[in-house]
Amino acid sequence: MSVSIDARACVGCGACARACPGNLIALGPDGHARMRRPRDCWGCTACLKACPAGAIAYFLGADAGGRGTTLRVSRSGALSVWEFRRPDGSVERVEVDARDANAY
Amino acid sequence: MRSVRVDADVLVIGGGTAGCFAARTLGAYPQVSVLVVDKAGIERSGCLAAGVNAINAYVTRGRTPEYYADYAMDDAAGIARWDLLISMSRRLNDCARALEDEGLVFLREPDGSYAERGTRNVKINGENIKPILARAARRQPNVRVLERVDVTDLLVEGGAVVGAVGFSVNSDVAYELRAGAVIMATGGAAGLYRPNNPGFSRHKMWYCPFDTGAGYAMGLLAGAEMTTLEMRFIALRCKDTIAPTGTIAQGVHAPQVNAAGEVYEGRYGLRTSERVWGTVQEDLAGRGPCYLRTRGIGERAQRDLYRAYLNMSPAQTLRWMEAGAGPDERDVEVEGTEPYVVGGHTASGYWVDEGRATTLPGLFAAGDVAGGAPQKYVTGALAEGQIAAQSALAYLEAHPGLARGGDARGASGGLSPAAERIVAGYEAHLAGGDPAVARLFDADQLEEAMQTAMDRYAGGISCGYRYTEAGLAQADRQVAGLQPLADGLAAADADDLLRVYELRERLVVCRALVAHLAARRETRWHAFAENADHPQTDPAFACYVNSRMRDGRVETFTRPLVGRGERLERLD
Repeated sequence: MSVSIDARACVGCGACARACPGNLIALGPDGHARMRRPRDCWGCTACLKACPAGAIAYFLGADAGGRGTTLRVSRSGALSVWEFRRPDGSVERVEVDARDANAY
Repeated sequence: MRSVRVDADVLVIGGGTAGCFAARTLGAYPQVSVLVVDKAGIERSGCLAAGVNAINAYVTRGRTPEYYADYAMDDAAGIARWDLLISMSRRLNDCARALEDEGLVFLREPDGSYAERGTRNVKINGENIKPILARAARRQPNVRVLERVDVTDLLVEGGAVVGAVGFSVNSDVAYELRAGAVIMATGGAAGLYRPNNPGFSRHKMWYCPFDTGAGYAMGLLAGAEMTTLEMRFIALRCKDTIAPTGTIAQGVHAPQVNAAGEVYEGRYGLRTSERVWGTVQEDLAGRGPCYLRTRGIGERAQRDLYRAYLNMSPAQTLRWMEAGAGPDERDVEVEGTEPYVVGGHTASGYWVDEGRATTLPGLFAAGDVAGGAPQKYVTGALAEGQIAAQSALAYLEAHPGLARGGDARGASGGLSPAAERIVAGYEAHLAGGDPAVARLFDADQLEEAMQTAMDRYAGGISCGYRYTEAGLAQADRQVAGLQPLADGLAAADADDLLRVYELRERLVVCRALVAHLAARRETRWHAFAENADHPQTDPAFACYVNSRMRDGRVETFTRPLVGRGERLERLD
């Protein structure tokens, strides 16, 4: 359970570091965000939601059933599009409208 | 370290659910300066970071606050405080309404009333509940929010709490925060026990892993009285992802079944603790793994579950996608988590009066750190934040000399001698600690040792949550032996220092928890406190087990119950 930050996509704004409830992300000397404590991630996805560049992907550790699929989210107003990328390259998207996300 | 001193009339420690709402409440009193301090950014700090999809404490149509308080009393098998539960229950619906006013989306029935889920719950779209609460706190002109500062100690002068001391988690700055009244709202304690996934995914847990019991530890070290820490909380969760089960169980009416497909929940009872216990027993009897029977719920219900989980616990949807098989195709395996101390679900925490005043003058408690009132959930924590804020104001009015008159903005300057002593402790860690200790150990290693000892000897997952008196004595010896090592750890930077103090807090909470478990010589709540030496409920323990720390030792004693219709006569 952790996040992987794509340094090429990172714009160095620090929004993820400010959002992380565990102080786990910091800007490195190169100005890009880095996950400094991968084992300490709770999986709250606050950083994914805060990142304006879509540079952060969430994944399950192998011990929690992870097999390489990553999760990204892009948000526009009340609409979130969650994107699942499987290791074979296939992609699935689930749209969630915050005003109508929860049937339960 | 550079030092900064900040003065405010009211200091709120922890900008989570209760703390943000306390700040919002205090916003109605513009003459009072308020400082909210949090070790993270308050938009996503605390246990609501990922969101929540129901308000689980609500007085639904045709029911009364007494109905809710009765339910919570029964779920705790009588070990809860009626006076606290009823004062909370009477405010639940107003607090829900306030959340809606702040922008939270509530689902509605065609007639316009809130959509109910069960007899105590209403449905919401709560992914953004924490940003909404943060905004409500920040909006108040008299509230200042100090973020990424970890508070480690209370300042006590003349027997009263007059502030707290902490440090920046990213820079070399120490803070002395002085206030006329202090509201403790740090949340409960996770990470005491070896977790479900002890390796890479060790923090994939039910409760927020960054809630490390700071509030309990600070109170214990300052001599505050605690209650019912032994009523641990253990959640029944989806395996591996530790995602909530209630959404599936209540949403698509999925029963709990064992590997043979038999519905077992009726055999063990339906209390929160019994649902966990039943699952453990089925496993021990060779009938595991256990599941929520979801197969055949249909494609539409499956899509709804995908979206519902993305809105609060995205790991579960990821897990379904990863497996290439959703809940319509495959039942969802469930397991019990490691135990937590969390007063929003059970009755663990500060011993408080109806106004949420603790036994330390000037200190009030709200939310997961406040004891006696289980089943708070979000709205109960809001209610307590509101009550504590109002009591803090009344305390300031009764003691006009205490108002700091500060503007909650910092100024560089000298620290009080008491604060200097605490800061000297930070500096010792930053300077390399005790070399004989620091060369061998780090915070990670000691945390693992603590969790292993608690797991093995104080009723963790590997023991089916059972413990013996001999085991508890062993747990206490092991944890006590780790404390001097933690004191000697080195911290390379401020973030490292945060990890050292999180460990130190957890060790203090473990000592108190073990003392409480040993003092309740009965089994009243299966799994939560499963005493193998005393496997039955004993009427002699129809009382609270309370504690106080004195000279590093935890003293336990009992207090009589405050039952239905009763009030606490006096706090001590």
